[in-house]
Amino acid sequence: MAPPPRRRERPVRTLVTLAVLTVALFASIFAGTRWGDASLTPNLALDLEGGTQIILRPVAEAEGRVTSETIDQAIAVIRQRVDASGVAEAEITSQGGNRIVVGLPGRPSEETLDLVRTSAQMEFRPVLVMGAATPTTPAEDEPAAEDGAQDPAVEDGAEDAAAAEDAAAAEDAAAEEPPSDEPGKASPDSPSDVAYYVTPAVQAEFDALDCTLPENRTGGVPGDPEKAVVACDLEGLSKFILGPVEIPGSEIATATSGLGTTQTGASTGQWVVNLEFTSKGTPRFTEVTTRLATSTPPLNQFAVVLDALVISAPSVNEVIPNGQAQISGSFTRETAATLANQLNFGSLPISFEEQSVEQISATLGSEQLEKGLIAGVFGLLLVVVYSLFQYRTLGLVTVASLLVAAVVTYGIIALLSWVQGYRLSLPGVAGIIVAIGITADSFIVYFERIRDELRDGRTLGAAIEKGWERARRTILASDAVNFTAAIVLYLLAVGGVRGFAFTLGLTTLVDLLVVFMFTHPLMVLLGRTRFFANGHPASGLDPRRLGVDVPHYAGRGRVRQPETQGGSSTTRQPVTVGAPGASGQTIAERRAAARAAQAAAAPPHDPPTTVDDAPTDGRPEGSDR
Amino acid sequence: MATGFAQWGNDLYSGRRSYDIVGRRRTWYVITAALVAISGVLLITPGLNPGIEFRGGSEFVVSGVETSDQQLATDTVLAVAPQEVPRVTTVGGSSLRIQTAELTSDEVTEVTNGLIAAFDVSEDQVTSTFIGPTWGRDVSQKAVTGLVVFLLFVSLVMTVYFRNWRMAAAAMLALFHDLILTVGIYAAVGWEVTPATVIGFLTILGYSIYDTVVVFDKVRENTVDTLDQTRFTYAEKANLAVNQTLVRSINTSVVALLPVASILVIGAFILGAGTLRDIALALFVGMFVGTFSSIFLATPLEVTLREREARVKAHTTKVLAARTGTVVDGEPVAAAPRAVAALRPGSHQGTAAQPKRKGR
Repeated sequence: MAPPPRRRERPVRTLVTLAVLTVALFASIFAGTRWGDASLTPNLALDLEGGTQIILRPVAEAEGRVTSETIDQAIAVIRQRVDASGVAEAEITSQGGNRIVVGLPGRPSEETLDLVRTSAQMEFRPVLVMGAATPTTPAEDEPAAEDGAQDPAVEDGAEDAAAAEDAAAAEDAAAEEPPSDEPGKASPDSPSDVAYYVTPAVQAEFDALDCTLPENRTGGVPGDPEKAVVACDLEGLSKFILGPVEIPGSEIATATSGLGTTQTGASTGQWVVNLEFTSKGTPRFTEVTTRLATSTPPLNQFAVVLDALVISAPSVNEVIPNGQAQISGSFTRETAATLANQLNFGSLPISFEEQSVEQISATLGSEQLEKGLIAGVFGLLLVVVYSLFQYRTLGLVTVASLLVAAVVTYGIIALLSWVQGYRLSLPGVAGIIVAIGITADSFIVYFERIRDELRDGRTLGAAIEKGWERARRTILASDAVNFTAAIVLYLLAVGGVRGFAFTLGLTTLVDLLVVFMFTHPLMVLLGRTRFFANGHPASGLDPRRLGVDVPHYAGRGRVRQPETQGGSSTTRQPVTVGAPGASGQTIAERRAAARAAQAAAAPPHDPPTTVDDAPTDGRPEGSDR
Repeated sequence: MATGFAQWGNDLYSGRRSYDIVGRRRTWYVITAALVAISGVLLITPGLNPGIEFRGGSEFVVSGVETSDQQLATDTVLAVAPQEVPRVTTVGGSSLRIQTAELTSDEVTEVTNGLIAAFDVSEDQVTSTFIGPTWGRDVSQKAVTGLVVFLLFVSLVMTVYFRNWRMAAAAMLALFHDLILTVGIYAAVGWEVTPATVIGFLTILGYSIYDTVVVFDKVRENTVDTLDQTRFTYAEKANLAVNQTLVRSINTSVVALLPVASILVIGAFILGAGTLRDIALALFVGMFVGTFSSIFLATPLEVTLREREARVKAHTTKVLAARTGTVVDGEPVAAAPRAVAALRPGSHQGTAAQPKRKGR
């Protein structure tokens, strides 16, 4: 088994690379503290630092009552939103059966708070008039750029829309007097009937609305479902006059985001949102799409309205009979996911009323973390003592490696909490404590391998090489399993489990980094020192202590005799298992045993499977002749 | 002592001293089966004690307090319900939130009165309500899904790495053993199961598999050429591997357990109940059992499974037959001793042992 030719080790270079990486890591954090909002300590999660508690009271819609089921649903949706936004470990509970309590770590941004408290009243309304976001004079209201991109689907030459559309979208009834709120007709032909719904009052409101102002884009109370409303879109790019509610958001069964496919099933490479309506919503949706598919822009669009803001106004270009719609447009992965999330959320028939927003202290007693850390440090000291005791000077390598691992882990967590908003929770700390064992295990596996190679009679340099080859394989395999575990748990779990999985995965990677870039190169360097190479008793790699005292064949028929340690030269029992002279021995072994038996008085008679523990010292000269 | 330990390690490595772990498989199976059965009983009575996060509970809010002394609130609750582990949080500047497991209405009244007295507030400053579980059904479902996917995935990774599904199967069995034992012991101790506990249990899964993989890697290395020789059976080779990793297993478990143990001690005796204590107990038991099972359960199981393989079976029979059939020094050997070690040098004869060439 000749080892494959390997490129020369360059331990110093590797160590310097690691040092440069570490320095770069901390330099970026430090730069972040100077010119950004980073801090040298990682952010802590709700259980360690406290945060903000929001109490919401659900308000039922006209049709439904708030049941415990809807509360559970709402909790699930809020959790989904919070998790999707990357906030670590929110605590969400129901309280008293009719309130929802949301705990968020630290001081959450307004956006995060909005995620939670947006009551998400969703409705589908037809678009009647669409205009640019700025206030318009009544003369110019031309349809602005369409928000919903064209579906690649072919236009269904479907049956004529039941409603005779009044396609003349332009309202030239310029209002000079205080505009009346009287519809121009007795009754609407369809929800898209511009002439009926766009009263002068609505038109005036529309004309005056400036959607570029942020205060007009905060959303609000949904308008009267029976009347036309004026609304801005989310980005403040255009404004709409919308017809009455055709489908309430509660009729959405599911909304998911994904890559779109053509009719043949090939991926278009565009992000889309797939909608599925409930059995009640499907016929209504069919009806709407049938009417809109044959209309002229902008009347062929229906608006998805969330809290009186238009989040999307896709145009309909075919009749959708099965209640499964696909909203395509210039989505990115994030925007598609957000829209799907909003649509899901909008399918809840409740809205929220915020009752209170308060700062709360850490849910775990602050002394918990303190004492826990003290305990952890104390445990680490014990580890240091133990490894020094076990491995002598090599123990220092373990300690140094653990220190490097700790520094790198700390740096990465601090960096992530700045860049990613990661927060360290107690489960995360637990993950790190477990990691101590797993990280130290890599060193132990490596050292034991080196010792094994020494026992086989290799020189130290060769033992370090060979031991590394073997240990590397074990370390990689076991860390791969660990990392797999971390990834699976992270992707599928929620809340606290996630924090734990994250640190577990992170520390596994750090472990690999340290073993490959610190421990091994350091061992190679140490192996070149006289202290280790000559097997000083305190080095922990003393071949004599490792029982390398069996004579080794040195070639040419000569046998290298080991130094006798104790000076006593009792006859060494060749070690075989079972009774001397038993099978399972080579001829040479048997002969040696026989000779030894002659030398000693009587061979000890061992029960099988235990072997006499003979003192291991030299054998008499000439025993090999 | 260290010398003794190193010496012991040498002896284990060379096979000079060897514990017949694999050979006594049946013993370990009986012991572990008994332990698992006991744990199963413990899970039924007394059973696990789910905490507030899983069951919901009662919540008291004391508003407008002068001191936000959390200990005072804890003591008040403990005076009424000594079994409770109240969670006290300061809300806003001047309110305390106290969460306990579900209390009876009498107890709620008592605690309310106790709080009024303790904090010297008027009656309308203490409200009580009940709260739902934070770790609701949806969270549990997700955790279970994650668990199943994780087990499948790890089995797959191990099967690919060891090129043998039996190793993965043995590791999984050992994993279940670890989990059941840990949960059983947790139930016996009777502490509340909090999310921290669950995370502790999940950690064990990872650790148990990790530790088993390390031992199995040595087994794999030792048994690679089993079928190409007739000196040792597969079981003996595997046993040697276990013996050779024994030192590493002991060292690793000590190093991993020391920090956990110190947290457990401080948590249990100084801090009292809390997340740390829960997680430390789960981790301590789990790591200990995990190391134990890698050696005494996973490897023997793996050998048992492997010996059902036709090739290995045939090989084992062949080796044993050869042993019992050998005749040493004219005496047939009755019972074949089990060889556990690699070849050991006898003596080398040098060129003197070679036949002499004629005519020289």
